[in-house]
Amino acid sequence: MMSDRAPVPPLALDRPNSYIGRSVPRPNARRLVQGRGHYTDDVAAPAGVLHAAFLRSPYAHARITHIDVAAAKAAPGVALVVTGAEIDQVCEPWVGVLSHFKGLRSATQHALAVDHVVWQGEPVVGVAALTRAMAEDALSLIEIAYAELPPVTDPDAALLPESPLIHPELGSNLAFALTVESGDAEAAFRDAHTVVSGDFRFGRHSPVTLEARSVLADFNPSERRLTVHQSTQTPYQMQDIYARHLGLPQANVHVIAKDVGGSFGMKLHVYGDEVATVAMSVILGRAVKFIADRLESFPSDIHARDHRVRARMAVAADGEITAMIVDDLTGVGAFSAYPRTSAVEGNQAIRLMGGPYKLRHYSGNLRVVFQNKAVMSQYRAVGHPIACGVTEALVDQAAAAIGLDPLEFRRRNLLTDDVYPYTSPTGYLFERLSHHQCVDKLERLMDYPALRADQAEARTKGVVRGIGFAVFIEITNPGPAFYGVGGARITAQDGCVLTLEPSGNIRCAVSVTEQGQGTEAIMAQIAASAVGVRIEDVRVITGDTAATPYGGATWASRGAGIGGETVLITGKALRANLLRLAGILLQMPPDNLDISDGLIVDNATGRERITLQELARIAYYRPDTLPQGVQAELTAAHHHVPRGQPFAFTNGIQASHVEVDVESGFVRLLNHWVVEDCGRVINPLLVDEQIRGGVVQGIGAALFEECLYSEQGQLLNGTLADYLVPMASEMPDIHVDHVSTPTLHSELGAKGVGEAGTAGAAAAVLNAINDALQPFGARLSQMPATPERILRALGKLAG
Amino acid sequence: MTTMATTISVNGTSVTRQVEPRTNLVDFLRGELGLTGTHVGCEHGVCGACTVLMDGATVRGCLILAVQASGRDVLTIEGLSEPGHRITKALQEAFVLRNALQCGFCTPGILVTATELLTQDPAPSRELIREAISGHYCRCTGYHAIVDAVQQAADVLAATQGPA
Ligand code: FES
Ligand code: FES
Repeated sequence: MMSDRAPVPPLALDRPNSYIGRSVPRPNARRLVQGRGHYTDDVAAPAGVLHAAFLRSPYAHARITHIDVAAAKAAPGVALVVTGAEIDQVCEPWVGVLSHFKGLRSATQHALAVDHVVWQGEPVVGVAALTRAMAEDALSLIEIAYAELPPVTDPDAALLPESPLIHPELGSNLAFALTVESGDAEAAFRDAHTVVSGDFRFGRHSPVTLEARSVLADFNPSERRLTVHQSTQTPYQMQDIYARHLGLPQANVHVIAKDVGGSFGMKLHVYGDEVATVAMSVILGRAVKFIADRLESFPSDIHARDHRVRARMAVAADGEITAMIVDDLTGVGAFSAYPRTSAVEGNQAIRLMGGPYKLRHYSGNLRVVFQNKAVMSQYRAVGHPIACGVTEALVDQAAAAIGLDPLEFRRRNLLTDDVYPYTSPTGYLFERLSHHQCVDKLERLMDYPALRADQAEARTKGVVRGIGFAVFIEITNPGPAFYGVGGARITAQDGCVLTLEPSGNIRCAVSVTEQGQGTEAIMAQIAASAVGVRIEDVRVITGDTAATPYGGATWASRGAGIGGETVLITGKALRANLLRLAGILLQMPPDNLDISDGLIVDNATGRERITLQELARIAYYRPDTLPQGVQAELTAAHHHVPRGQPFAFTNGIQASHVEVDVESGFVRLLNHWVVEDCGRVINPLLVDEQIRGGVVQGIGAALFEECLYSEQGQLLNGTLADYLVPMASEMPDIHVDHVSTPTLHSELGAKGVGEAGTAGAAAAVLNAINDALQPFGARLSQMPATPERILRALGKLAG
Repeated sequence: MTTMATTISVNGTSVTRQVEPRTNLVDFLRGELGLTGTHVGCEHGVCGACTVLMDGATVRGCLILAVQASGRDVLTIEGLSEPGHRITKALQEAFVLRNALQCGFCTPGILVTATELLTQDPAPSRELIREAISGHYCRCTGYHAIVDAVQQAADVLAATQGPA
């Protein structure tokens, strides 16, 4: 303990040597551009490492009647062949339900299928061999006999009484249902001047991280210690999962996520093949590595979206939106994902509907059904693109029906600045949003009147252009309300340990993780600002359960807002410690001192008194020179969880400018604009790129991306050549600007930005296409808007 | 499986290894030589993550076999990061400053292609840059920053070249 507890000066975030708000490049980018990244497949594997490969079900739905692995076991280089029943001996199966989604059901899921396969691509038998090629050779020697069962693929058909049951023990294919009612929507529709409606379809997506799922497990039987290198967003969650399901003390499980080649929510779910890899390592007492190849990623990574939404909007004569009635049916594949469930996307979609607007009457009905397809769960902007796509399409239809410009119609209906704090009809709490400032800024940024003039002029030349808007809100900074309250062992708090090292540098170990967002840069900026040192003198350590405190890590746009606040609080505590120590050494009250650029300075004059290096030298090597009873505290540790609201909301608006070739159905993206409000911007360079990357994933949804299944439940386009993702030549430049409304629930005021781009981009693009097609009397309400679908809408293709 | 003695010049050093004919070049570079800067994103020739230079031209390391590279000159991101490769160096600098990478998994492949582009055309337009890198999937950046960075690198190279 420090003997002197004198107060220290308060910290101003915008002091001269602060890094908050500056476009600092990422310290870890240099090694990545030189090819010196350390993705899981790059980690030097322990001697004798084995490579895993999995035999996957070729059928969407079948009974396994017979498995013969004798020939595979005898194949060259093979160390282990395991079936689901054998993995179950060492690994507890799971059920993907949480108690706060009342009524959510799922079946027991085994790491490898036992007796019954429920989607094409489900892992059935695992092989560990000296090389991946040998393991694959052995797979081809396994004989499995299946008795095919009728597959359930169509979500509507899944609920018919005559539908086959995927999990007979559940009695139906319904996983979850939810009704959200507020006000009197039916009455509002009876009184409406105008009603617009639509049947919307959203394609099933595969996240397509460029680095596939990867895991390297090494079990040391002598100490029963398990080390797992994994491409994951959530090392602490995985540590808990491996410990519980493999019956190991949590302290014996060490999970390390070095560089992660993209994740977007896909790499925080539990996958049977990954758990089976870890279990094989436990069985063998040897290292086992599994790197999914692209062809197995498509049917085994979680999928997302796949919604059918029937929605109506009621509008009064003066153009006021009064009510919405929404019915959302979503198919989530064969199981509810573990441990976060597959109810989250539907729950968020049904509650985000109409969110930016003043309407008070709402009726939402959600049904989540099982299908014999890959499991669906959280992927970037969970539920947001559905809610935004439906709401913004109806808003455009309503504006047209009333005869108002779409931007003007939005202005009339967006929540006004005087309503906050505001509780939405679906129960969401908005601390403060900035819809009107965002709309104003966007209108100037894109020069809207000029674009409309250009559109009219182009039309005279037979060039068909359209402009589309999408207002969005985004859920960020999730607290325990997200998972913890439902019984999940998923923490909403983060932890940070900051240390002044003997060199005078600052070591920052923090539980949020990096997948390219720039987490390490942002944490270094905050730590440097809070302590008062140069950013070059901060080393950030993330992604290692043995090196950082336990925490939620990175998902749902929580890194900057929650992790950043944790580092700020810890940095202030370390700074206080160091000022107290300096005060003792210099015989001055600590509040007359400050730390700036790594120097202890006189608060009043700014004169240098002692360097942090010197302070560290004395504290570490000559503590004998300190007064009796003074112990230098060179480390500060803090945890932080957001309180005061269940989660935060950001907002913004996007606009898309497109040209449609009405002969071929091809869409050319001319431009895209985003104005958003993520609260305090810590690093503009990184924030803008988060938005741009998110926008392009949303554009993928609007134009290209869709997992196509046959009626038999076969994934038809499971290669990177067939599943289309956006390429550079098709993408527009993306112009980004900001409004900043910091949250007052934290000192930092950051709200997060990871989902914003994806939340609204698809809706903006589809609205732009429909704006272009409007003179032709054509309208699309299905994503992706492929050339074929556009030609169909134009009546140029039959059917 | 039989193996074949294969000699390839990799980053200026001649290496000879016994390789299985089915081993592709990227697995050879990563597995045999530990050159893990070249990445594997699809193994079917679409994503571009495995791109390296062979005799000065870009090739996809997943589409050619190591034995087919026999007697050829292969340059990977590790080799291009050594002193003397001023185009790659300018690109790397611009990528860092412009934050033209997020997870970085696509980045080495894109840098190899951008090096080839700026070698052939020192002042490409934005459209041409977009065209040139369209054989590379990047799932994180949305490409805009990559185009900016390649342009910035071209500008810096032109400025340091001095007037002609
Ligand atoms: S790994 Fe070679 S192109 Fe994708
Ligand atoms: S930076 Fe992640 S794929 Fe390009």
